[in-house]
Amino acid sequence: MMIPFRALVRKDLLLFLVDRRALLTSFAIPIAIGSFFGYVLGGAGDRPGQGKISVLTVDQDRSVISNDIVKRLTAEKPLDVKPSTPDAARAAVRKGSAYVAVLIPPNFGQNAARAFFGPEQKPEIGVLFDPSHSAERSMVSGILAGDVMQAVSKEMFTGPTGREMVKDSLAQVEQSPFLPKQDKQPLEDLLRSVDRWNQQADRKGSGETSRGLSMPYTTREEAVTARQNIKYNGYAHAFAGMVVQFVLFLGIDVGIGLLQQRQRGLWKRFRAAPLSRGVLLGSRAISAAILAFVVVQVNFLFARLVFGVRVEGSMLGFLGVSAAFALMTAGFGMLIATIGKTPEATRGLSIFATLLVVMLGGAWIPMFLFPQWLQKVTWVTPTRWAMDGLEAMTWRGLGLEAALGPIAVLLAFTAVFGALAVARFRWEAEG
Amino acid sequence: MLEVDALKKSYGNLVAVNGVSFQAGAGEIVGLLGPNGAGKTTTVSMIAGLLRPDSGSVRIEGRPLSGDTDPNKRRIGLVPQDVALFDELTAQANLELFAALYDLDGTAAKRAMREALDLVGLADRAQERVRNYSGGMKRRLNLAAALLHDPQILLLDEPTVGVDPQSRNAIFDNLEVLKQRGKTLVYTTHYMEEAERLCDRVVIIDHGQVVANDTLQGLYRLLPVTNLLAVELERGQDGLRLDELQALPGVRSAKIEAGTLRVGVQDLATETPRLLQWLVERGHLYRHVVSERADLETVFLTLTGRSLRDS
Repeated sequence: MMIPFRALVRKDLLLFLVDRRALLTSFAIPIAIGSFFGYVLGGAGDRPGQGKISVLTVDQDRSVISNDIVKRLTAEKPLDVKPSTPDAARAAVRKGSAYVAVLIPPNFGQNAARAFFGPEQKPEIGVLFDPSHSAERSMVSGILAGDVMQAVSKEMFTGPTGREMVKDSLAQVEQSPFLPKQDKQPLEDLLRSVDRWNQQADRKGSGETSRGLSMPYTTREEAVTARQNIKYNGYAHAFAGMVVQFVLFLGIDVGIGLLQQRQRGLWKRFRAAPLSRGVLLGSRAISAAILAFVVVQVNFLFARLVFGVRVEGSMLGFLGVSAAFALMTAGFGMLIATIGKTPEATRGLSIFATLLVVMLGGAWIPMFLFPQWLQKVTWVTPTRWAMDGLEAMTWRGLGLEAALGPIAVLLAFTAVFGALAVARFRWEAEG
Repeated sequence: MLEVDALKKSYGNLVAVNGVSFQAGAGEIVGLLGPNGAGKTTTVSMIAGLLRPDSGSVRIEGRPLSGDTDPNKRRIGLVPQDVALFDELTAQANLELFAALYDLDGTAAKRAMREALDLVGLADRAQERVRNYSGGMKRRLNLAAALLHDPQILLLDEPTVGVDPQSRNAIFDNLEVLKQRGKTLVYTTHYMEEAERLCDRVVIIDHGQVVANDTLQGLYRLLPVTNLLAVELERGQDGLRLDELQALPGVRSAKIEAGTLRVGVQDLATETPRLLQWLVERGHLYRHVVSERADLETVFLTLTGRSLRDS
């Protein structure tokens, strides 16, 4: 039985090697798309300015406060801030060349100062944003709130505007006929104390004039990857996604190939020989698994050599996940062969189903963008487990134990697909 | 010896094969002749073990064929109606695969491939990809692929569909050689000319049933007339007395079609001079005389009431 089994497997491998389209689909295309997505997703983490949010500022106030706000925004690491005009900023956001524009209106500094202590109406800062980047808008709003608070408070406590405001307020309190006596005295004491503190700061020099409200904490950010000093590599995710997608396409080709063999009468020749069904289908499944495994390894080898994607975790786990995914692909391919009667009818449906599970598996876009219910759905897709397994073994750098779950689930999918394929397979050749 | 007994196969309400029985012995070519859809391919598929019959049996050398891995399958070689080859591979790679299906590898496989390629005349093209072959060459390779394991019985399902006359003759020559080697050949076709040229015995199938099973001579004997004489008359019927003509000894039938007199006679050699003399004596001059032998088309028409070509 081994001679026919070996020959059938060898035949499938030979057919793959002489099929330019299959080679292109399995190697060139995933490498090209993986490289592109990897670059877009941050590359190897070594590009200056990558991932910064493009922000335009329109300062129509030109006050000390507005200047300080713009200066602070410009110093923020996550932002790429450029000055603009109202019309140009609006046009840029509409076109999508800037995600957010911050419009500081005339007299903002003066009005903000008044509103800081008093009941005056608060001035508005216009925030124009690209609705397709609402996450970036939220981020910029948060940063802007902090910077405005610091700029205004600094000016109010130590700047010329604040001093003027303190003196004006003291005069108003002293002359007010409406304030009760028990309130007037403490307010006058407070304002005189602030005024004295300002005068004292002036005498000490400019080094003491930069006070104001500030954040009562700082953050220490650390990307948690495999080990310290190992940067997140966007190519690892991109190549995992593309490998998953195009290996599944290989699975479709396996199924379609079986249907074509039936259509071309080859199945009759195979069935006429004294071969068991196990040899006929088993050889096809094994050859498909071998091809899928090789495709995974070659694609990741390219990513390793060109983009530095390493298996930072368990190599055994990586090979295990690859093998389990390859077997699952083989089972998937065999199932494809049982779906339709003709290759033409089956191909379209299979590609649609594959793209769906690939998308749900997070191969295209990160899963955190999905609604919660959809994220739960992804657990029932084999692609999710393949992605998790490959990512765990590459840039996350986890150990073998983290691969065991994905391997077990992928093997379970293999068993289900295989059983369904055997149950549904039409053994008899048409008369 | 191949024995097919009362094979029956239905698909839902459609009865594709209904009680087909025949035998084929060593050194014999048995033709399964019938129009498209008659049940020939289904019959061959059941003999080859591709389809499980609803009832009936197939015996090879007295032993029934059963199961996917029945060793008796090694006695059968199947030439499918389609060119069942991998176009992308070379002829040699194809044959290596098909030899391996029957546990042949190494020296045994090489010898089998050489013999098969020699027989079909493709030994010098073995390293070429099949996609570069002509239609006729593919058909010959299709035949070679079925011979690698040296089967005693060869099932050929319309093996010459779509090939040029030269390749067809080459295939016929190959089959003659196989017959001389004592192989049993079952040849399905809807071309009566092929059946007449090749087959020792013809099983005529229509609507899944055997309507005749005999040698060519035996089938012709089923006809009321075996020899026809077509006489093209100068003046058409013009007073010709068909009743007098039919009364002549040895004349079985007579009719006029488009100015041509068609006379069925018992024996061409005896009756032809007598008939022509009878016509001349009565002033019926003729331009052209052709003798026509009854063929399988006529047999099929007689047995089924339909033309084989039109079915």
